[in-house]
This record gives sequence, C-alpha cells and structure tokens, in this order.
Amino acid sequence: MTEMTTRAWLLSDAPQTRRQARLGALYQGWLTFRANRLAMVGLAILVLLVLVAAFAPWIAPQNPFAQDLAQRLQPPSASHWLGTDALGRDILSRLIHGSRVTLFIVGTVALIAPVIGLFVGTVAGFAGGWVDQVLMRITDIFLAFPKLILALAFVAALGPGIGNAVLALAVTSWPPYARLARAETLTIRRADYIAAARLQGAGPLRLLIGHVWPLCVSSLIVRAALDMAGIILSAAGLGFLGLGAQPPMPEWGAMISDGRSYILDFWWVAAMPGLAIFVVSLAFNLLGDGLRDVLDPKEGPR
Amino acid sequence: MAQPDILGQPGQGGPVPAGHRPGAGGARLRRRLRSLGGILLSLALTLLGLLLVTFVIGRIMPIDPVLKVVGERATQAQYDAAYQVMGLDKPIWQQFLRYMAEVLRGDFGRSISTGHAVAQDLLRVFPATLELAMLGTLIGVCVGVPLGVIAAARRGGWLDQIARVVALVGYSMPIFWLGLMGLLLFYGILGWVGGPGRQGIIHDGMVPTVTGLILVDSLMAGDWAAFRDAFSHIVLPASLLGYFSLAYISRMTRSFMLEQLSAEYVVTARVKGLSERRVIWTHAFRNILVPLITVIALSFGSLLEGSVLTEIVFSWPGIGQYITKALLAGDMNAVLGGTVVIGTCFVALNLLSDILYRLLDPRAR
Amino acid sequence: MTPLLSVQNLRVGFPTRSGLFQAVRGVSFDLGRERLGVVGESGSGKSMTGRAILGLVRPPGRVTADRLDLDGEPILNLPESRMRRLRGARISMVMQDPKFSLNPVMTVGRQIAEGYRLHTGTSRAQARAKALEMLAAVQIHDPERVFDAYPHEVSGGMGQRVMIAMMLAPDPQVLIADEPTSALDVSVRNEVLRILDRLVSARGMGLIFISHDLNLVAQFCDRVLIMYAGRVVEELPARDLHAAKHPYTQGLLDSLPRLDRPVERLATLQRQAGWRDAPEEGTP
Repeated sequence: MTEMTTRAWLLSDAPQTRRQARLGALYQGWLTFRANRLAMVGLAILVLLVLVAAFAPWIAPQNPFAQDLAQRLQPPSASHWLGTDALGRDILSRLIHGSRVTLFIVGTVALIAPVIGLFVGTVAGFAGGWVDQVLMRITDIFLAFPKLILALAFVAALGPGIGNAVLALAVTSWPPYARLARAETLTIRRADYIAAARLQGAGPLRLLIGHVWPLCVSSLIVRAALDMAGIILSAAGLGFLGLGAQPPMPEWGAMISDGRSYILDFWWVAAMPGLAIFVVSLAFNLLGDGLRDVLDPKEGPR
Repeated sequence: MAQPDILGQPGQGGPVPAGHRPGAGGARLRRRLRSLGGILLSLALTLLGLLLVTFVIGRIMPIDPVLKVVGERATQAQYDAAYQVMGLDKPIWQQFLRYMAEVLRGDFGRSISTGHAVAQDLLRVFPATLELAMLGTLIGVCVGVPLGVIAAARRGGWLDQIARVVALVGYSMPIFWLGLMGLLLFYGILGWVGGPGRQGIIHDGMVPTVTGLILVDSLMAGDWAAFRDAFSHIVLPASLLGYFSLAYISRMTRSFMLEQLSAEYVVTARVKGLSERRVIWTHAFRNILVPLITVIALSFGSLLEGSVLTEIVFSWPGIGQYITKALLAGDMNAVLGGTVVIGTCFVALNLLSDILYRLLDPRAR
Repeated sequence: MTPLLSVQNLRVGFPTRSGLFQAVRGVSFDLGRERLGVVGESGSGKSMTGRAILGLVRPPGRVTADRLDLDGEPILNLPESRMRRLRGARISMVMQDPKFSLNPVMTVGRQIAEGYRLHTGTSRAQARAKALEMLAAVQIHDPERVFDAYPHEVSGGMGQRVMIAMMLAPDPQVLIADEPTSALDVSVRNEVLRILDRLVSARGMGLIFISHDLNLVAQFCDRVLIMYAGRVVEELPARDLHAAKHPYTQGLLDSLPRLDRPVERLATLQRQAGWRDAPEEGTP
C-alpha cells in the first residue's frame, strides 16, 4: 500500500512541494534509465567491480605476487582458471587485485580533473574580462595538445609510477570540464536570483561558492561519468608503455605488456587483462549512454 | 585512444551578422581579413603555449641534461663549460627565448639514443606515422560517414543498432590490446597479413624514398612485390586505427544528421516531393559537411596520437615508437621534439578545419 | 463538381508511454477553389492536419481517415513513391519561418528550380527561367541577384516570398499555408499576404490558411474552421465570424482587443473539458 502511494506521490502531475517535484523528476529519470537494459548491465558490472575490489584479498584464489616458476605460462585450467603468466603468477588473482588499481586511477582522476575544471571555468565565467581571456586561452592551449602525448611527456619528466600517471592524466583532462563549467556559469551569472543575492550584499566569493558551484556540479558529474571509459583506456595505455604502475603491481595495462612477447604461443597472458579492461570500460560507456539518454533523450534510439 | 574531445566547437567561428548582403565587398573583405588575423593570432599564442609547456617539462625533469651530454666521467671544468654552452647559467626567460629560437629554426637538439639530430630523426619517422594515420582516416571516413548517415536516416533500425554496437565497442576497446589480438589471429593463426614492422626483410630499404610513404614510393618505382609486401604489413594496423576512427566519425555523423533531419528545411524538401535519398544527401548531408570536416580533422589528429600505442604493438617505425623509445631511454630532446611536432600537427589541423569552415559554409563567407 | 480536397474523419495519433496521443481527432471538411481558414491555439492540431494531408506524418505517428481525396482520387496512405509525385506538384505547403524552412547552404534559385525540374522534367536552363519568372511574380525586383543569394542573405519577408515562389512553381492545385506570416514583421505581413492571395486566386487554387490569428483569418479567408483539441468545433463563413455560436469561438473573439468596443479588462479564454468530445457544430 505504502509502496503504491509513494510511487503515486513521486509520479504526481501536480507536485505540492519543490522537494516532491525534484524527487519526482529523479524517479522519472530512474524509470527511463531502468528501462534501458544495457545501461542496467553496465551498472551491474560496475557494482560487481567495486565489490570485487573491496573484497579482493578474500576473493582472489591465490596471492597475486606469489611466483611459481615451475607453473609458468600454464593455460587456463581448473587450478588456474585464467592461466598463469611468465613468472607463474595466477592471472585471475592478479586481475582481481588489479581492479583496485584501476578503480584508484579512475576515481582519483575523475575527482581531480573536474575540480580543476570547475575552479578554472567558474572563475573565468564569473570574473569575465581579462581573467576570462587568460584562463580560457590557457584552456585552449591544453585542448590543442594531444592528450596522451602530453601525458607521456609529463610522466617522462616526473618519472614513471602510478601517482605520476594519475597526475599526468588529471592535468591533461581538465580543459573540457573548464569549458563546460564556464558555459554553465555564464548562464547562471545572468539569473535573477544571483542579482538578488548580490543585492543582499553577498560578495563574489560567496556567490561563487554558495550559488554557482552547486549548480555546475551536476553537469560536471555527468560529463565525468561519460569520461570514465576514456580515462581507463588512457591509464591502461600508460601502463602498457611501462609508464604507469610499476611491477610487480598488477595493473591491467602493464599485464598486457607483459604478455606481449608471448602473444603467439601463450595468448591468454595478454588476452585476459585486455578483456577485463574492455568489459569495465564498456560498462562505463553503457552507463554513460544510459545517463545521457535520461538527460538528453534526443540522442539515443527511440 | 581514438576518443578525441570535440575541441574545435564547430560553428564557433560565429555567424555573419544578419545585415550581410551580397555586394558589400569592401566591408566583407575587411571582416575576412580581421577574422584571418584573429585566427593567426590565436594560432601563434597556441604554438607559444605549446613551446612553453614543453620547455617547462624539459626543465622540471629530474635528468641532468648536462650530464647526458658530457657523460658521467667529465671533469668539473668540462661540466661547467658545457653548462655555459647550453646557456643554463642564463636567466630562465633567456633560456626560453633561446629554446624558442632553436625550435623555430627546426633545431630540436641531438638525440642521445640515436646520435642524430632530432629533427633529422623526426623527418625519417614521421612519414611512417602519416601513412598509417592517413590510411586509417580514409577507412574511417569511407565507412563511418555512410554508416552514420544511414543510422540517422533509419533511426532505431537494425543498421542503427549495429552502428551503435560498433561504436560502443570501439570506444571501450584498448587499441593496443585489439592490435595484439589482431596480430595473433590474422598473422599468427591465419597468416593472412604481414607481421610486425613496415616491410618484410627482403624489401627493406629496396624502394627509393621519395615521399616517405612506402605504398606511394613502391608504386612510383613500379615495384609491385614491394607494394604488396608493404600493403600486407600496413593493412592490419591501418584497419585497426580505421575502426577507432569510424567508431567516432559514425557517431558524430549520426548525431549531426539527426539534428539536421529534424530541421524545417527538410520538411520543405519533402513537401517539394523530393525522394528521401535526395532529401538526405542533397539537403541534410550538405549541411553537416562543415562540422564533419572538423570531426575528421580531429579524428586524424587522434590517430596520430593513437599511433603511439599502435606503433609499439606493430613495431611500426613511426613517431610514436620513436617517442616511446626515447622516453624509456631518458632522451628528453627526442621526446620534446616529437611532442612539439605532434602538437603542431594538432594546431595545424585545427587551423585547416577552421579555414575550410570559412570556405565551405556560405554563412561564414 | 468534386471538391479539390475532401477530408472525412481524419485522425492522427502518436503512441506514447502513457498510451495513444491523438493530435487530430476526426476532422472533416471539403475544400473548393477558395480560401479556407483554420484557426486554433497551438496544440489544437491545425498544423498536424496540414501535415497529415501531405502525408508527412512520420512513423510512429499514424494517420487514418474515412476519406482523404485530392480532386476525387484517394491519397490516404498512398505508397511513398506515388505520394511523392503528388507532393509539390499538385499539393504543396508554405511554412512559418523562412529562416528555418529554407536550406541554408543552397542558393535560393537552386531551391526553387529543384522542385520544378523534378516534377516537369525540364532542362536546367528552362528551370532557371521559370525560377526567375516566379521570383518576379512574387514581386522581387532583382530576381537575378536573389537567384544566386543564400537564404541568410535575404530578409524575412523576401524569404517568405521565395518560399511562395518555390511552392507555386510546379503549379499545384492546393496550397497549405501554415502560419505563413507569423514570423514576419507586421510591416511586411500584408504585402506577403497580398502576393499570396493574388497568385492563389489567379491560378484558381484552393488555399488552406492555418493561423492562430482570428482577425487575420476573418479578413483574408472565405470560410473558417475553428479547431480545439484536435477537432473542429465550429465552421462558418468568415464574414459571419462575429455571430459565432460555439462558446470557444466566442471566447477567442472576446479575448481580442477591439477599438470599436473597448473593455476595461480582456476576457480570459475559458476552456471546458466537454468540448473535446462534443459533436462538432456546423458540420453534418
């Protein structure tokens, strides 16, 4: 009974309060999203990934670092479901532990880049004038760079390693967020309630933090969700080139690189981590597509 | 990595003011010159920024450039002399000016791993990358554009679904992994294509270099065997890059077309009794040509970039492999030189699409 | 004499998540060589009626009717290839805003000549001559220059005249004008209307004039249909409009300011749910 009334309350044509309207809109969005089966698959995969990462030590059948040279390059079997690598380590266990590395990289980059972008974009949009000109010119310069090459050069300068890889990816991926945040700010800036707050004596900093930022955040989050797959691929690329996580850390891109020399005879060493990367970034893409369909129904199929 | 951001906001060049009438020649010329000046200025600023960033990267790196030149066993006097010759005792802005002047002269310094001038190395490796990226883009355009147009015209149909899956997989696949799997299948198991590298051993260096593009050079030399060999080597990596390019191009084409197909002038065209094919290709498609060119330019740029990973997988002697090898050897001159060259290509591509936009869109003329 | 266009119980529906949405619900009328006004608020189904007649409702939208005849021939749900031969050649449409309804990257002349060539199969030179002739007919003084202009280079009023020239070039029998002057400046509206009127009368065409502007329709048309929520609520001669019986029509009239009968406060249009289903007045 309550179930029904909650639903009716959410789907009401004539919401009584702003909160009801907002929750109702969210619920409508969720219904649209749920109807998209592929997006739900993506969501399920990602929930699974988070669980696997959280419980990695308990799930992994073996120690991901334990070498067993007698067991090297074993094909998939009952004792090693996905086979073993050149040092006899269990690939499945390494993949399971590697999910933590992947989530760490994606999470950190997806946290840093939008924050830099938010800061640069809103300040540029809100201040206007020469501040805007200078900040946007810098943004354009970074946008004009090939992202991966710039990340490569950064890692080269800072030295390889997972922290520097994250930093390089964040430094190269903030400009689109800055553009987005600036565009949002420009529309918000002209809104009447900003003028009202200004009349009440709110200073620019207060306006920026209290009124502009909260409104920019939601669109930046959506954009970040859409970017996740790209970040995973870039991170794996850096790992593949030997510039990301250093051995023996079980990073998926680096694992592919390890398997590269044996590709023709021992295909599973490189194939398995690649499949993992593919599945996870596919899941992010499916999720992002679903989110976009909710927010911008024009693009998707009917 | 074939996931470029849409950097060049199509249409940002700005529509022409409404009062614009044909015949207002003088004003139009002045305006065009001014917009050209604007483009050149922003181009110069971007290139300056590019050099500044590479300069900063070159300075913050933990490798001592002097030591790399004089070697570990140099005396303090030798070291100091080299330090001065390299201008490292000067203020930092003077060092930057010097760096800028060198780059403008095409002098990127000497590569410590190959022993040649970096510029000379780049000239040698760049055509290999260019050949790969051009062929990839060609595939991407020839397949991606029609696929995107048809997907939009038959929205929700089976071809639209296929196009969607193709793009999704393309966006999600690590390019280097797909390359490895391709090598395993088509070279290792089926033996349909040539293996890693650009040419087989017997043909290596046999064709005189004219353009640096082996496919073209071997045709010019009339060496069919060399052409076939080069083709069998390039076909896999180029198809791979082409796949990523077509995933992106078809998606953007579809989205542009959907926007145009819902426009009123499309209804007008249908009211006139035009066939659907004519409505789509003569009316709607002509309207997306301009943004499409930007997308193709972007995609070409991202293939230059994506070639870094692809070249490693296929041992392709291009700029990507050059940069990566230099990176691992701590050969900073080579890394920064390569970065500047690829960055300049990006800027040039943006400029090119900007110019084409102005030439092709009647509203911008 | 058979009417040029005969419509009986026309319905247009779109499936939505909450069931079938009926945009047009049983519209009937006959059109002779006259100017028929169709009036209603936005969303009343008047534009959709026009598009349904032209066979321009795209799937998943569905069109049904007891009768939809053009000059005695049924044209309802004809195969697309046969419909294409009628569209533009025998029945045509002028839309609201030339800024959007002309293709921005094609010259005006090419757009005019295109449809004409398609339906008459004439040579390029003949089509060009015809296009220039049509531009002159819509009182464009410098046809040669406008022929080579792009749509953004002509003004709104001129754009709409180009549109009229384009749609009338193949000599259709019926023209549907969907709010042809709403996007134009008031100063050029009358001129465009005059041109449209002259061409339509001279060629003995039937005109369906869709508008939300009751005054304009009263002046310009012979007969008026009032539409509400997808159906015709009243049909009457334009000169008898002031004697309208249906409360909705009266409400529309009362909500317009009048110089000869000033009121303190204009009436707000009252709508009743019952009108959606009430039998139409004035139609058998």
